[in-house]
Amino acid sequence: MNLAAQDIRHNLGRFALTALGIGLLLMLVLGMSGIYQGLVFEATQLVDEVGADFWVVQKNTRGPFAEVSRLPANLEFRLLAVPGVRSAQSFVAHTIQREQQGRPLRMFVQGLAWPDDKGEWLPLTGGRPLGQAHYEMIADQILGLALGDKVPLGKDVFTVVGVTKGMASSAGDGTAFFTVRDALAIQFDLPGETMRLERAARRHRAANQDFGRVQPELLERAGGPSSALPALATPLVSAILVKVAPGTDTAAVVATVSAWPDVTVHTHEGQRQLLLRGNVDRARRQLGLFRVILVFVSTIIMALIIYTLTLDKTHDIAMLKLMGARHSVVVGLILQQALLLGALGYAIAYYIGQWLYPLFPRRVMITPDDLWMLAGIVLAISVAASLLGIWKAMRVEPNKVLS
Amino acid sequence: MNSAAQNTPAVEALGLTKVYGRGNTEVVAMKDVTFTVAKGEVVALLGPSGAGKSTLLTALGLINPPTAGRIVIGGQPVLDADRALVNLAAFRRQHLGFVFQKANLIPFLNAVQNVQVALEINDTRPRQARRRAMELLDYLGVADRADHLPDALSGGQQQRVAVARALANQPSLILADEPTAALDSHRGRQVMELFRKVAHERGSAVIVVTHDHRALDVFDRKYEMEDGRLLDRHEAAGSA
Ligand SMILES: Nc1ncnc2c1ncn2[C@@H]1O[C@H](COP(=O)(O)OP(=O)(O)O)[C@@H](O)[C@H]1O
Ligand SMILES: [Mg+2]
Repeated sequence: MNLAAQDIRHNLGRFALTALGIGLLLMLVLGMSGIYQGLVFEATQLVDEVGADFWVVQKNTRGPFAEVSRLPANLEFRLLAVPGVRSAQSFVAHTIQREQQGRPLRMFVQGLAWPDDKGEWLPLTGGRPLGQAHYEMIADQILGLALGDKVPLGKDVFTVVGVTKGMASSAGDGTAFFTVRDALAIQFDLPGETMRLERAARRHRAANQDFGRVQPELLERAGGPSSALPALATPLVSAILVKVAPGTDTAAVVATVSAWPDVTVHTHEGQRQLLLRGNVDRARRQLGLFRVILVFVSTIIMALIIYTLTLDKTHDIAMLKLMGARHSVVVGLILQQALLLGALGYAIAYYIGQWLYPLFPRRVMITPDDLWMLAGIVLAISVAASLLGIWKAMRVEPNKVLS
Repeated sequence: MNSAAQNTPAVEALGLTKVYGRGNTEVVAMKDVTFTVAKGEVVALLGPSGAGKSTLLTALGLINPPTAGRIVIGGQPVLDADRALVNLAAFRRQHLGFVFQKANLIPFLNAVQNVQVALEINDTRPRQARRRAMELLDYLGVADRADHLPDALSGGQQQRVAVARALANQPSLILADEPTAALDSHRGRQVMELFRKVAHERGSAVIVVTHDHRALDVFDRKYEMEDGRLLDRHEAAGSA
């Protein structure tokens, strides 16, 4: 006959409610590590999915995910000339926030190097990759856009032709994929009036210089579209993604490009580490500390519950001692209840978590390692929590039966 | 049949004294009590409230050690003043049975489990413990209430389960402190007669504190306590 089980059966309602409370607390503990794993996953996901061997970025910057990086788009062609480089593609990425049908739409805009890259590598759940050079987009489902939705951005309207799943930026915003040119157009979109003023100012600047006075024709050009001005720089991109040819030593190619005075090179792994250290590290420590506090809170709450359960049984424990019960009988009664409470809480945390975590706005990823760790934590909590009750029970005198 | 073991007294109290508190609050609850109970003997302990009866009983029960004196149970010295000479918990589970005014049943165990737990504490296997517990309930006439929780039993039924529990490990000494105070006189007498039966059939010694003068004829011997001193009933009667 198991005393702990009998006691629980007798106080089933109270015990179940307690287990539920412990379970919810443990669910938070588990959620904390899940949120952290989600952060790591989202932070490195784009870098992983893009699959470049190395990233070429503006000199001394940490790349497009960490900060602003600006490079001339024609760097792509310089890189293609390096021996061992199989492909070099412009990469444009920035975050924008607009309104769509009255609600804020925050998206991470990423350019695909059309026509080489139409987004075939994306994890599409519906629709298709980009089919034309302009006015199409692939949106992640986090953005809440459906196939066929029309999204006005800049001066153009883009149609959602594909939907991906789980493509979030390191900040957790959904990613939308456009061609590089469209992405640039969205990024550098200026209102018509700004353009008119800029063209007038250009004309004015040209008119005040000697070549403007000598060549009046130039003034006409200066007042026209930027693309018609041969002396203006090519558009700026955030980075160039490079893949090396099979059988080539990546390190050698990286060494060559790194020697260029105008760029910095990050390998795939380097880029990952930058993202993790830059964006995630503090969040990790924040969540870690919070988790430690939650573990302490759970332990204290559980200890108090076990303690009151024990207090309620003081008289019965005294009776058991009067009958000559060994310490192990009394310790077993309390410890088993604590462990059972812990185990039930764990199960509840797991099942409620399975159901609740997907509803969180950002990804919560539960790994088997985290589940094992939680099991260890629960075991430790249960034992620690029962100590107070055991201490109390050990001090109960058998003649307490008489009072 | 009078072997040496048969002649060993069930319990001997030698000069038991108990002082509660210190200084101003000092109470001498029991003063130099010496007496012996033989095996198979049923003894009544009478006396007014505050006379020290419970103090004596709990001292003999090894849950309230005396300030001075020795206790020998079944020929084995167990307490010398408050110094334990054996493992008291082990000794209690093997040799002693208790019944109090309240049944003190464990509320989350049903009747049979309340008896069973006493057996399992004393290392009886669960299956066997259960069978024996059922036999005891049967012996006490409450077998039909075996799977009821104490809450669902009447006071008399609870007390009979408590008696079954006290008898479970076939103790050599049964200590009962006003066991019938909460029962009507009929039930009270039944319990007293049961003690007598157990003592005579199994050779256990039984010491019963009681106020119930209607059932006194059940006892082999009667002691009276007054102000912490133990008087033999006949002595007390004679001196009056
Ligand atoms: N735990 C205790 N602390 C102090 N005094 C006590 C304690 N227990 C009993 N007493 C005192 O000892 C005396 C004897 O008590 P008790 O043995 O309970 O008597 P009885 O059972 O005959 O009524 C009383 O005066 C009582 O107040
Ligand atoms: Mg008393």
